[in-house]
Amino acid sequence: MKKPELLVTPSSVEEIPWLIDAGADAFVVGEMEYGLRLAGEFTRDQVKESVRLAHDSGKKIYVAMNGIFHNEKVDNLLDYMQFLNEVNVDAALFGDPAVLITAREVAPNMKLHWNPETTATNWYTCNYWGRKGAKRAVLARELSMDEVIEIKEHAEVEIEVQIHGMTCMFQSKRRLIGNYFEFLGRKMEVREKQEGGSLYLFDPERNNRYPIFEDQNGTHIMSPKDICIIDELGDLIDAGIDSFKIDGIFKSVEYNVTVTELYRKAIDMYVNDPEQYEQNKEALLKEIENIQPKDRPLDTGFFFKETVY
Amino acid sequence: MPNHPQQMDYVENRKRVILKKPELLAPAGNLEKLKIAILYGADAVYLGGQEYGLRSNADNFSLEEMREGVQFAKKHGAKIYVTTNIYAHNENIPGLEEYLKGIEDAGVTGIIVADPLIIETCKRVAPSLEIHLSTQQSLSNWKAVQFWKEEGLDRVVLAREMSAKEIREIKEKVDIEIETFIHGAMCIAYSGRCVLSNHMTARDSNRGGCSQSCRWDYFLYRSENGRDLPLFVEQDAPFSMSPKDLNLVRSIPKMIDLGIDSLKIEGRMKSIHYIATVVSVYRKVIDAYCADPDHFKIQPEWIYELSKCANRDTAPAFFEGVPGYKEQMFGTHSHKPSHEFAGMVLDYDEERGIVTLQQRNYFRPGDKVEFFGPDIEQFSMEIGKIWDEEGNEIDAARHPLQIVQFKTKIPVKRFNLMRKEI
Repeated sequence: MKKPELLVTPSSVEEIPWLIDAGADAFVVGEMEYGLRLAGEFTRDQVKESVRLAHDSGKKIYVAMNGIFHNEKVDNLLDYMQFLNEVNVDAALFGDPAVLITAREVAPNMKLHWNPETTATNWYTCNYWGRKGAKRAVLARELSMDEVIEIKEHAEVEIEVQIHGMTCMFQSKRRLIGNYFEFLGRKMEVREKQEGGSLYLFDPERNNRYPIFEDQNGTHIMSPKDICIIDELGDLIDAGIDSFKIDGIFKSVEYNVTVTELYRKAIDMYVNDPEQYEQNKEALLKEIENIQPKDRPLDTGFFFKETVY
Repeated sequence: MPNHPQQMDYVENRKRVILKKPELLAPAGNLEKLKIAILYGADAVYLGGQEYGLRSNADNFSLEEMREGVQFAKKHGAKIYVTTNIYAHNENIPGLEEYLKGIEDAGVTGIIVADPLIIETCKRVAPSLEIHLSTQQSLSNWKAVQFWKEEGLDRVVLAREMSAKEIREIKEKVDIEIETFIHGAMCIAYSGRCVLSNHMTARDSNRGGCSQSCRWDYFLYRSENGRDLPLFVEQDAPFSMSPKDLNLVRSIPKMIDLGIDSLKIEGRMKSIHYIATVVSVYRKVIDAYCADPDHFKIQPEWIYELSKCANRDTAPAFFEGVPGYKEQMFGTHSHKPSHEFAGMVLDYDEERGIVTLQQRNYFRPGDKVEFFGPDIEQFSMEIGKIWDEEGNEIDAARHPLQIVQFKTKIPVKRFNLMRKEI
């Protein structure tokens, strides 16, 4: 049975060794100039240091270049892609085809992961981007488990699935928090608008809290609950999903390290002895529930939810 | 590979002459709206079929209706595009080939599409269809446009987040047809990147299920050491992400100068009155500018005319810079239009000066109404006596689609519309 990669999102270089110890196989890092909704900001030097740390332990570094780019950033993509190639990162994430063309131009051997978030929804299109040069497709979180498994059955590229954490529901280019304050005739510090996870929209009808923040890529609104399927990993592992991602945005280091440890345990247990996993999965879930922030209920995302249209 | 920017105009006898008139592209929610859009001046219309489009609540066309629409369009020198711009899930793959073949067979000019699944399938099974990239791809830089050109696409619809300057750069760098939105409702998120509906109502926004959760009210808080602090006070309007509708009527000359190939009006769900009003205003603006760019002036009556069918405030959005709070709505998210559609002219009896009209909203003797349409000068009048089909005088036209007759002060023509101030 193939063991899926366990992919996590450190918020700083310091966190990487702890997450390696906790059992992570790979890391997504980057900076908001090129990547979206990262757990932390990594300068070029820090990317380099991350690669060194990861490669010393046989782990991988993927760098986010999955922004929606306007003309002004197109030329910078070349330089950044060259840099990533020089420091030997293991892959670059993209959603915008401009990144794909940039890689062809300056780093034809760079591994590319297609990650447009909401729009990776069927196997044909995953394979399409594969034919264009992607090695992996990162699936939309709005898919059911059956859909994910069917995609994997038909996929000619690696398939990555988020199994834990917050997801993005909305990105606008407009500065919506700043606009609201201007409308009210008040000022708000830029620092405050960005403060990770501390601002939220309350939806009284659903009794939900949606984290909201602004950065240079616009305004982002996040899911009210954290996905957690530590007790439902069997079918995905059986299907041969290549990578399981834990998104640690807006969570403490302690939380992310513990959750990584627990998923490591769960994956290893299932691969070694599915019977033992069956007996222990409730306890694993319980351990996550114990450290889960009160304002972040857990659910199973769209894995078992029916969506109509 | 720099391209030479296309020349958009030249000077003759010290008069600027526009070389290329852009296409005016209008929505067609059903066959009747399709006909009105074309008669009122659209060069092309886009419509949705039974599947693969993004408006599952709209009427949507059967293949039979599409065929009829194509025949009507051809007769008037207009084109038809079909929206197939969902992001498909696996379950949408079966049936796609047959559907695209059906569209091709119906004689439409092209499809508007976001998902490479549909692009590739179309190339394979319906190769005579033009392929236009939907705004759902949020296409926002020239290099991505270059990518889609190399993929063989005929036209791209740009992200609604593009400024005039950015569009100019794209036009300079890539030789491909560009379509942009000029009027109507729009997403406040990057299109394709919003799944609020999926989370809040279990409806898939990228397959036509959008429940417009962005237009709801929310309450902004900060959480601090476990305490929740409201960032508003009681009398404040709640937080919302509701954009004003797009209105680029004043920017049309600039858009024509940029060489934008197709100017698109949003609104497959909009009323026939809305379509007729908006299309005829933009028709006038485009024609007036292209006829004499040096002396072109926006007429106040065009602006006023557009306001008659609007159910939201409007703003120019990104074409003229990043929109601020004035381009959003807080508290109220829509209002009733100032005018409503009252009837459509079926016939006119020259001798007696009597119109035969299909009622679309209540009216009665004494009401002030306005007639407008492509072949008449707009005029206002007061309704006199009204008769039903049998010639009986009635005190009001109260039944939807009721056929009534009354005198008009000026001759009118079939397909002219009558509106009434509310």
